[in-house]
Amino acid sequence: MAEPLQLNNVSVRYGDFTAVIEVSLRLEAGHIGCLLGPSGCGKTTLLRAIAGFEPLAAGSISLGERQISDPGQLVPTEQRNVGMVFQDFALFPHLSIAGNVGFGLSGMDRAEREQRISAMLELVSLEGTQSAYPHELSGGQQQRVALARALAPGPELLLMDEPFSSLDRDLREQLAVEVREVLKRAGVTAILVSHDQQEAFTLSDQVTVINAGRVAQTDTPYALYHNPADRFVAEFIGQGSIISVNADTQGKLSHGLGTLTPEQLSNYGQSNLGLLVRPDDIKYSARSEVQLKVLSRAFRGANFMYELALPNGQAVSCLTPSHVNVAAGELLPVQFDLQHLVLFEAEG
Amino acid sequence: MEIAVSREVSFRRLASGSYWRVALVATAAVLSVPVLVIVASLLQPYSSAWQHLADTVLGDYLTNSALLMLGVGVGTFLLGVSAAWLTAMCEFPGRRFFTWALLLPMAIPAYIIAYTYTGLLDFGGPVQSALRDTFGWGYGDYYFPEIRSLGGAICMLSLVLYPYVYLLVRVAFLEQSTAVLEASRSLGKTPWQTLFQVALPMARPAIVAGLSLALMETLADYGTVEYFGVSAFTTGIFRTWYGLGELGTAAQLSAVLLLFVFVLIVLERWSRRRMRFHHHAAQAEPSRIQLSGVRAALAFGLALTIFSFGFLLPAGQLSVWVVGSWQSGASENFLNLVVNSFALAAVAALACLALALLLGYGKRLHPGSVEQGAVRISSMGYAVPGTVIAVGVLIPFAWLDTAIDDLARQWFNVSTGLLLSGTLFALVFAYVVRFLSVSLQSVEAGLAKIRPSIDESARSLGRSPGGVLRDIHLPMLRGSLLTALLLVFVDVLKELPTTLILRPFNFNTLAVRTYELASDERLAEAALPALAIVAIGLLPVILLTRSITRETPTDEGTGVG
Amino acid sequence: MHPRTTRTWRNTLRLIAATCLLTGTALSQAAELNIYSARQEALIKPLLDRYSEETGVTINLVTGKGDALLTRLKSEGRNSPADVLITTDAGRLYRAQEAGVLQAVSSDTLNTTIPAHLRSADGYWYGLSVRARGIIYAPDRVKPEELSTYEDLADPKWKGRICIRSSGNIYNQSLIASMLSTQGEEKTAAWLDGFVPNFARPPVGGDRDQIKAVAAGQCDVAVANSYYLGGMLNSSDEEQRAAAESVAIFWPNQDDRGTHVNISGAGVTASASNVEDAIKLIEFLTSEASQQWYGATNNEYPVRTGVPASETLQAWGEFKTDQVNMAELGRLNAASVMAMDRANWK
Repeated sequence: MAEPLQLNNVSVRYGDFTAVIEVSLRLEAGHIGCLLGPSGCGKTTLLRAIAGFEPLAAGSISLGERQISDPGQLVPTEQRNVGMVFQDFALFPHLSIAGNVGFGLSGMDRAEREQRISAMLELVSLEGTQSAYPHELSGGQQQRVALARALAPGPELLLMDEPFSSLDRDLREQLAVEVREVLKRAGVTAILVSHDQQEAFTLSDQVTVINAGRVAQTDTPYALYHNPADRFVAEFIGQGSIISVNADTQGKLSHGLGTLTPEQLSNYGQSNLGLLVRPDDIKYSARSEVQLKVLSRAFRGANFMYELALPNGQAVSCLTPSHVNVAAGELLPVQFDLQHLVLFEAEG
Repeated sequence: MEIAVSREVSFRRLASGSYWRVALVATAAVLSVPVLVIVASLLQPYSSAWQHLADTVLGDYLTNSALLMLGVGVGTFLLGVSAAWLTAMCEFPGRRFFTWALLLPMAIPAYIIAYTYTGLLDFGGPVQSALRDTFGWGYGDYYFPEIRSLGGAICMLSLVLYPYVYLLVRVAFLEQSTAVLEASRSLGKTPWQTLFQVALPMARPAIVAGLSLALMETLADYGTVEYFGVSAFTTGIFRTWYGLGELGTAAQLSAVLLLFVFVLIVLERWSRRRMRFHHHAAQAEPSRIQLSGVRAALAFGLALTIFSFGFLLPAGQLSVWVVGSWQSGASENFLNLVVNSFALAAVAALACLALALLLGYGKRLHPGSVEQGAVRISSMGYAVPGTVIAVGVLIPFAWLDTAIDDLARQWFNVSTGLLLSGTLFALVFAYVVRFLSVSLQSVEAGLAKIRPSIDESARSLGRSPGGVLRDIHLPMLRGSLLTALLLVFVDVLKELPTTLILRPFNFNTLAVRTYELASDERLAEAALPALAIVAIGLLPVILLTRSITRETPTDEGTGVG
Repeated sequence: MHPRTTRTWRNTLRLIAATCLLTGTALSQAAELNIYSARQEALIKPLLDRYSEETGVTINLVTGKGDALLTRLKSEGRNSPADVLITTDAGRLYRAQEAGVLQAVSSDTLNTTIPAHLRSADGYWYGLSVRARGIIYAPDRVKPEELSTYEDLADPKWKGRICIRSSGNIYNQSLIASMLSTQGEEKTAAWLDGFVPNFARPPVGGDRDQIKAVAAGQCDVAVANSYYLGGMLNSSDEEQRAAAESVAIFWPNQDDRGTHVNISGAGVTASASNVEDAIKLIEFLTSEASQQWYGATNNEYPVRTGVPASETLQAWGEFKTDQVNMAELGRLNAASVMAMDRANWK
């Protein structure tokens, strides 16, 4: 059933404005991909282009062997065999849950259809809700109905547009896990649009970060976090700051932040380097000699997020257990623990 | 101290709230009187005329009315929905023009379109004469459909009543969340399947509202069916009254008609008891289906056909008649007729709007079953022929006048005469009873789109219910209010039988003049006032269209998410 | 009710009453007549205007359908402002009399100028003009010798050749009422059973439409009021003139009771506040000048003997009219509708 999705140099234009610029990406069959980026970056437009709601200005999209979009042709949405889950679910208010889930099922007899509907509802743990109407369900339940409806016809590709954004945070995280399980069980290739990296990381096998219409990086969540391709990705993904550092001839960084590899040294030079420092790169260490001044802190229950000042005044973050209780203005003993150094060319 | 303050506040809220309730129930009760007078006739003894009717013609009346409703229902549905779908959801050459042009048939009274088509299509008319001249036929040599028939009546009524469906369904289409339509496409449905399986079912409340307006007008129509010799239920009512001289039995027949309408409304509500139709979603600019080539030509052709048959041809025929009989039609007091018609329609439209707001908003504040029922009954007048409503107004007003007169004579030994009967007040009251339903439909639809949380937030910021209406709803409802105002305006302008019975001395309108000339079978001379009705009716229709051609509805209660 | 509220109410009422009293006396100073007329404005107002000019009496007019005006009159009761009720047929006058909204008035002038069968015996109402229901025929297809009576139209030889408007119309109702009066119920029913199947088409349109249908060839004979033919002959519409000129009129039943006629008429209302002027107005409407005007404007026949009919009417010749009292037509109206219903005359 599942097919790989391939985008080659896809561009989408609205009048003079190019919303999506030369995007290429590949998503393997049965994998879950995510288009991640700030609002207005073009990720939803790209999703709609894959769905067939937007024509391409350039490039092509294919699903398995089938080319479904290029500037000359646009296979109508209804012939693409893609399922879609909308931001506001877009359930049909005039149809019961069974009517919604069964909407896309055609060419089935009654018994087959009913069986499929109950199988889908079981998949999303909503057994027995067939005769209810959408407005009678909670938000999380509606979202699962939307998923069941999209999956029911057995699509080759499932598209999800900010599928959790209208739910509250707790529900969102719980659902993201559940949805991933459902998708994996259904073995469907799926692509979701999100601006929430938590959601993206929980759900996806592969994340494509989009910035201003272009692909910034496509990678696994882990690689994105630890090996961001550029400053944008580094700052957009996870927390942390890029500080300006200098290295000596051996590659040793100031403040004892770490040592560059010879390659890094030859690639980036010695002075005015951009170094990515994540909160988990700086650890609380009661006996450490390195003591940084606390600029501010935020209590988060299980931990504290501290904003610390390096000796030269640059700010970095540090995540500590919640029993480490140091007021602003005082000093916090820390230890730098940068497993590998992520460097960028100096700015300007 | 604090407790005392808050109690006072809540008491004041309660009090101002209950004013609304009292005002609502009182207003609804007063407006219900004419309808109740008619329904009360069912409690009167049943004359032998019933037996006669049942034995002879009643079956015929019922069958014909049922067929008429079925036909007009199908006709207005097809014309209204296809016009709405084309102008709201498709893009084709001329779409902007047709968006407003397709509303114009609304300005033509049904009996006038019946006259014009008879003039065009009957044996001596230009169409058949041309056929005979061309082919050298004589009478009986060829088949030509008889316009004055049940089928003809269905066509005439459908042509002038479809705009109700068009107007309401078009807005419903525009307001449908594009996401829902796209969801359907993503589930493998073509645009056509999406229309029938999603867009139409979701527009059901609008379709039902439009159809019920059209069908109630159909049930109340007398002019067209009488002229076409179709024995419908209204024909029966008037035949019983005028012919048999049995006003009581005629009122009983009207009451049966009312009950029938009531049952239909209840059935429809029941059938969709658990469904919901609103969908508060981010409103994107509707993405229209681009039609090109043959499809665009077909869309253009269809819109042009509806427009031609509904407006161009009848208006053209009227103009031809006017040119032919200019001198005999135009009299020195013609301007007077225009002013009377216009003023009366304007006053009635405003009165209907104010009361519709009172009732619609009151019902929103107090959605109890008493309030619901009161409002429902007070807006039943639309299904009743104007003449019958007029009698329902005449009787209680005269009774009240006489009662006041009795008291005055008793206490002060003077006669107060008739204070209300035969005044413009009584006439406007009758219009309100008859047309309230039209403005109420529009106001309620508008109010339904404003989420309750908006009211609640305004109330929590210290606004009284009246303040919420004034500061929040009125501005948000502008479009709906305008629609309500203009629909009633056009309806009153066309109205005839109520005016005829209730008007004061020396007070004429264009509709009365048209009717008098037409009933004397002087169609050509009737054309000038008829055309004037159409022309004045056009003004608000054009105004209305300016407000609806704004592509996205103005009453959007939802913010962009 | 709270006593204070009651007092306020009473004061208000007193004020209203006083105002009404004042305006009432002010109004009654200038002579005024209020008319409810089922005759449409164009066919009555010019005469009323002339009366106003001659006498200085202000006339207020409401026109409408006869039964509707009657209902208005009835429900307004003793306070009704109307002084005179004008209708376009005898049946409505009879109903008004029965409903008690007319009063008997006597006028020597009226009693001498209007023939007895065209007014109520006790002075409740008086005829103003006479309308005759003739047979219109196509001279190229029907010879006048073939025509004789209304009764003859039930003969099978007329099968599919007759046009007549619907039975809902008062002219047909009073025609059948006159038959019921002279022939009895049984004979009338039998006649209807023969007559209705002879229709060329289901009844549609008005009298002019029936005349046009004869001209067009859709039927050979039609039953229609003579003034419609007159109206068509004098019409500004060429098509109507041509149609009217191609047909001829026949006066049926000349050898027995005479051609069926109905009247337009007037009565003084029971609530009339100005009975004297009301009678004077009716006298004026039956004056020679007014009687001629009816003929000239609407091709009706005068009720008053000795007044010449209009030129158009004269061309159709003199004829004998049915002398049945108009009250009888009113009395039998409902019975005639039922008879037509039973005969399935739409």
